Amino acid sequence: MMRISQLFILSSKGDHLIYKDYRGEAGSDVVNVFYEKVTALTGDQPPVVMSHRDLHFVHVRQGGLYWVATTTEDSSPFAIIEFLNRLSALVRDYCGSLSEKAVQMNFALIYELLDEVLDYGYIQTTSSDVLKNFIQTEAVSSRPFSLFDLSNVGLFGAETQQSKVAPSSAATRPIQSSRDQGGKSEIFVDVIERMSVVIGSNGVLLKADVEGEIRVKCYMPSCSEVRMGLNEELSVGRSQLRGYGAAVRLHECSFHQAVQLDDFHSHRILRLCPSQGEQTVMQYQLSDDLPSAPPFRLFPTIERDSAGRLLMYMKLRCDLPPKSAAVSVSASIPVPRGSVSLSQELSSPDQNAELILQNRAVVWRIPRFSGGTQLSALFKVEVPGLSSASLLEVGPVGLSFELPKLTATGLQVRFLRLSPVQPGPAQRWVRYVTHSDSYIIRV
Amino acid sequence: MPYLGGKEAVRELRRALSNPNIQSDPLRYRNVVLKVIRAMSQGVDVSELFSEMVKACATVDVVQKKLVYVFLCCYAHLNPELSLLVVNTLRKDCLDPNPMVRSLALRSMTNLRLPSLVEYVEQPLTAGLRDRAACVRRVAVLGWAKLHSLQPGSEIDASVVNELYSLLRDPDPVVMVNCLRALEEILKEEGGVVINKPITHHLLNRLKECDIWGQSEVLRVLQRYRPQSEDELFDILSLLDSSLVSPHPPIMAATLSLFLSLCSSLPAVSQAALERVRGPLLAACGSGSREMRFAALCHIQLLLRSIPGLLGEHYKRFFCSYAEPAFIKRRKMQVLVELVNDENVVMILDELKGYCTDVNDDTAQAAISAIGRIGRSYSDKSLEILTGLLGLKQDQITSAVVQTIRDLVWVCPQCSDTVSSALEGCEEVLQDCQGKQALLWLLGMYGERVSSAPYTLEVYIDGVRSETSLEMKMELLTSTMRLFLCRPAETQDMLGRLLHYCIEEEGDMCVRGQALLYYRLLHCGIEETRNVLQGQRSDPSMGVLIGRPAEPISQWVSSFNTLEPLKYCSVETEPASRGSPEHLASVLKPNTDLPDNLDCGQLQMVHSGSDSAGDRLNCSAGLMSPGAEPCVTLSLSPAVSPEEFERLWMQRHALHSGQEPADEDDNCLWTEETIRCTAVPHCSPQNLHAAMQLVNIQTIAFSPSHSLPWKVFLYTHTLRADTSSSTLILGELLYTGEAHQQCSADREVEVEVKEQMDATADGEKEIKVTLLQQPRDVSTLRAFLSVLTTVIHTLSSEMA
Repeated sequence: MMRISQLFILSSKGDHLIYKDYRGEAGSDVVNVFYEKVTALTGDQPPVVMSHRDLHFVHVRQGGLYWVATTTEDSSPFAIIEFLNRLSALVRDYCGSLSEKAVQMNFALIYELLDEVLDYGYIQTTSSDVLKNFIQTEAVSSRPFSLFDLSNVGLFGAETQQSKVAPSSAATRPIQSSRDQGGKSEIFVDVIERMSVVIGSNGVLLKADVEGEIRVKCYMPSCSEVRMGLNEELSVGRSQLRGYGAAVRLHECSFHQAVQLDDFHSHRILRLCPSQGEQTVMQYQLSDDLPSAPPFRLFPTIERDSAGRLLMYMKLRCDLPPKSAAVSVSASIPVPRGSVSLSQELSSPDQNAELILQNRAVVWRIPRFSGGTQLSALFKVEVPGLSSASLLEVGPVGLSFELPKLTATGLQVRFLRLSPVQPGPAQRWVRYVTHSDSYIIRV
Repeated sequence: MPYLGGKEAVRELRRALSNPNIQSDPLRYRNVVLKVIRAMSQGVDVSELFSEMVKACATVDVVQKKLVYVFLCCYAHLNPELSLLVVNTLRKDCLDPNPMVRSLALRSMTNLRLPSLVEYVEQPLTAGLRDRAACVRRVAVLGWAKLHSLQPGSEIDASVVNELYSLLRDPDPVVMVNCLRALEEILKEEGGVVINKPITHHLLNRLKECDIWGQSEVLRVLQRYRPQSEDELFDILSLLDSSLVSPHPPIMAATLSLFLSLCSSLPAVSQAALERVRGPLLAACGSGSREMRFAALCHIQLLLRSIPGLLGEHYKRFFCSYAEPAFIKRRKMQVLVELVNDENVVMILDELKGYCTDVNDDTAQAAISAIGRIGRSYSDKSLEILTGLLGLKQDQITSAVVQTIRDLVWVCPQCSDTVSSALEGCEEVLQDCQGKQALLWLLGMYGERVSSAPYTLEVYIDGVRSETSLEMKMELLTSTMRLFLCRPAETQDMLGRLLHYCIEEEGDMCVRGQALLYYRLLHCGIEETRNVLQGQRSDPSMGVLIGRPAEPISQWVSSFNTLEPLKYCSVETEPASRGSPEHLASVLKPNTDLPDNLDCGQLQMVHSGSDSAGDRLNCSAGLMSPGAEPCVTLSLSPAVSPEEFERLWMQRHALHSGQEPADEDDNCLWTEETIRCTAVPHCSPQNLHAAMQLVNIQTIAFSPSHSLPWKVFLYTHTLRADTSSSTLILGELLYTGEAHQQCSADREVEVEVKEQMDATADGEKEIKVTLLQQPRDVSTLRAFLSVLTTVIHTLSSEMA
């Protein structure tokens, strides 16, 4: 039986934000014990599981906060971790965003949630449909909702609303604020993919995995059925049969329990009654395969110049379709130990580059990179005592980027229908984005 | 951390709470209560406000009620008397028409944790069990468990227990799961809730109604159930099959745990379950949550202990992504090491090479030692990378590489040539103690091949006065002594200086004692010194040729889906700092309960009594009839070290593969035989090892079970009773399996592979035995072969 003895939320600086004792098995001083353990360790994250006498701490980090559960029993780590993640998602749904400030402002709401979610340390429910009947406190939004708060990532509507763009902050409001917004009902469908790619020094694609999910964020007061059509020529599985044309292939996919798959096999239609808040409707994977060319190629030249400096000439090509663009591109190029300073020649003023000594890397940032173009940069790094062997330390280049309006697999939402038709104007939004989970180019 | 002026703030709050103007304005009243709770959660001691808060709970505002109850539950134990006042309000709320208020009151009442209140709570709890609203029943059921924990010694009310059992049939799945939880706690003394056949089937049928938390609880409780028949077992398994591949890791893990406990006696089913769970586990390894990734990785390490080949083709999933934290990278590398096989070794090493210059030193070190681990099976490729890293001339990398090389050479002495040529120049780069120690050990062991060895040692000896580390001094003494044995002319002077310093000036007793020991040892003569100092150069208990032996699932199943695997490095706990390998590497375990010599006459009896194995043996034994076999005993001493074995074997092998099979060699016999058996005994290597040791045959290296080609190298000494002449027999067992399997060229020991038919008509397997005897003595060889055959037959019949 999985029982949680205490649950607490700490800020990254160790401030107590929320503390709840469910079973009275240990005192509140364990919060400090936990934080001492955390600070005593070096490294980017302390171990997920730590023990103090016969108490186990399990924690996750979400939104820059420590979400910690203690337990005296040897419980399932999968369940505790999944629960803590789910709890943070609930808090995000209810408070609109997840941050130290949001938690501080909404502590009463969070206590209320914690009271309903767990009883005597046992998980009762984490479904927002059930919880909405019990939660009474209104959320205090830490950031007022404003239509002018446009960010660089646009949200594009489904086919009926092609011209409309919603701000990205539209999806970061508390789920219950819909009550006072005059029943404004909206539904957001995000197709989010994470790409992890390794390209060899000879340009050969060594690894290409895509993990994706379809998330639905629902702000509709009454539950109604949603029909979501995916690409018709979608094939699931590893069968060797390959059609011609633009078929979308996924190797594995799994669905949320609430999804009805009756029409999935014939028409690729998902039917579901979404709960309020955010849920992952479908998860899928594509391994060792990319339907199109990898988005970036790098052509590096690395040498030592006569003055003993490290010269790195980097040519980066973006192979996206010409109308698309990658945003927030950042390339991290490891440089030898002992590097002192950097001088660079970049091809446009909006780019920048700096030497980050702590990471021993040159970071080259490109805010926007259009498909079909090529950028080049020359970096001169001052490394005292640079030997030819040190050139080997210029390690694999890691790229991070975001591809808005694109999915690596080509998965798309053809349509999104609500039935029965909502009384008020229901707005439907679909957005696509591909992130780089890890995009490594060996040099 | 209390505020400055916390006292003042509390006084302010008290004033506001008792202000009648505020009390009459619901919104303002609620806001003051909110402030109290905020102060409480920030760590201010607001317990003084208890009586004011008790008053505040008499309100119709549900939000305020909830807030006050949070406060009361926190401080009730400090004010048991005042808490009695609350009980009346709570009991009244328990009769409220709103089910939400009823459940809130019931929950708060049981959360006060005051034994004195028990008598007031029982009645509403009993009523709560029969409430119309499920949310009240949920609270009431757990309320009984809370009540029980308040009075641990008290008697259990049988009627309550019965009621809880009957509520297992409640239409609400959460009530059902809560009943299980409550009964489990109340009946803890009696071993928890009874899991009999009707309850099990009821729970299984309703499994799908529960949410993921309920499902994982039910699955966990069901682990106690033992099906009564095989049919029932398979019904349960097929019912659970979809849960096994659930996208929710908690369900997947709980189901696998249940599968493994139900099928503990059916290894094939367990194996199939592990294979089935591969997909969901891999998906969890790519989960968006780092912590979930970590949990999945740790559990994959458990699975790999039993099925090393489970994920070989998915090795790319364990490549580190560059933003991942170090603790995940480390686990991924540990998994990668386990997954290495002939096909992916190049890719994996290439990937690991990229991590060696990571900005995080821990990651870099872990990558270097991972390459070293792979080097035990693929030494050439790994050493190439490791020696390449030395070229970077960076202290931390060099230190990690030298330590890794030391550990590698200890296990794979055949690398020593490459290593000795790579060591030159390292001493200038090394800064830390552990790296220096490793270098000293290597110089002591292989100093005769490193031309600069004496000069390197001299630098250290000259600096010994300022050396603070005890371990360094000890290592320096031993290495100088060893080097002196092979290069006396160059080393004598510096050894003298070192011994003089250590004996005359050194303050530490250990170092001084060691130096005195060596000094006296030198007095005993050079041969004596050599005997003492030049012992083992490599791990004498060398076990597996490639990979690790597969463990039975039962070894780790109890820790599956617990916190255990996440806490420790379950596999390969290699301490960051360690001394010379010979001090720590597993010492040759003497089999004290076995006689050193075992008469194989008894074994003969056993074997001639057994069925057709005897006939087969006679066929393979050829000329000799069993009766004519001389009385031969096998013995393990003197031990043959792996490198000695390899030297003899390769020497002979080169001779024989070059020419025609030449048995006419003066004093040696090289022969090939075939043993047929029903199943190849690639059981667990430990069993094989133990079985062979029982008859005094030492296995020196073997490939992991189920790998092809499967090989075992072994040796023994024979002693004839009649002539008291002894011979040494070295042997290789080879099973190639499918004809297309080929021996990879980069194994340390290359043996020509004769393509063989996998199985003969009657399903028998053929194991090729290659034997080398020195000096030749056909009759003892036959006797040995018969013993070997018997062992293999016994093992294979156990397998079948």
